[in-house]
Amino acid sequence: MTTAERRSGGHVPGEEGLWVFIGGDLVVFAVFFITYAVAHRQEYALFEASRRLLDRQLGLLNTLLLLTSSLCMAQAVAAVRRDDRRARPLLLATIALGSGFVVVKAFEYAAKISHGFTLNTNSFSIYYYMFTAIHLVHVLIGLGVLCFAASRFDKAGRMPGGAALIEGSGAFWHLVDLLWIVLFALLYLL
Amino acid sequence: MPSILANRAVLVWAVLVAATLLSFETTVLGTSGAVILVVAFAKVLLVGREFMELRDAPAPMLWAFQSWVVAVCGVLLALFFA
Repeated sequence: MTTAERRSGGHVPGEEGLWVFIGGDLVVFAVFFITYAVAHRQEYALFEASRRLLDRQLGLLNTLLLLTSSLCMAQAVAAVRRDDRRARPLLLATIALGSGFVVVKAFEYAAKISHGFTLNTNSFSIYYYMFTAIHLVHVLIGLGVLCFAASRFDKAGRMPGGAALIEGSGAFWHLVDLLWIVLFALLYLL
Repeated sequence: MPSILANRAVLVWAVLVAATLLSFETTVLGTSGAVILVVAFAKVLLVGREFMELRDAPAPMLWAFQSWVVAVCGVLLALFFA
């Protein structure tokens, strides 16, 4: 943060419009989480029995993948700001870890479906598939944004045009991580 | 060239991973669901403030986010455990 930004009350990472989207997404997911909690209250026995069918180890693995990708992303943003050539490899590591999340999720879905746990199994499975699929769409959009950002480096490994693109990409990617932290706790751990 | 292995982001990541692993080992620790939920939202707060850099953002953005964390966590605690 520059002195001017500190005087003006802070720095908005990336484009301001992006934060309107992030705020809207947080409101939508808050409604999702609360809807799930109400349904859990109403059908306690069913939800408790059904959520025990989920693979907690795969949920943990995906959480660690996203947390580590977030670390790489934060380091990539910091590297772009100081014109450090390690920014691009750090961003590629973020993309690799995020792709790992998608692979694990696909494996998890395939295992669940092969055991007959599908969207129509019960009301818990509807919430599980709906929330995790909407989150997965966020992951895929995030990966697309990160790939676009990775394509903007010049041959010297520097990103021309300032840090706004990488900051915005990072903010969205961390949002994906943040939403998964809550989904992991609600669906797999509680 | 600053180290990318020893800085504030790495410390934040280490805390997030440690909290995740502790929450996961619920049967070992006998942790209650309420603690798991509070730990999850503490992690959310950390990701928002540190990785999303909201701690350096204009105060209304930071407080809107922190209010979201406290409100959603509070409502979920009430719905799950009250």
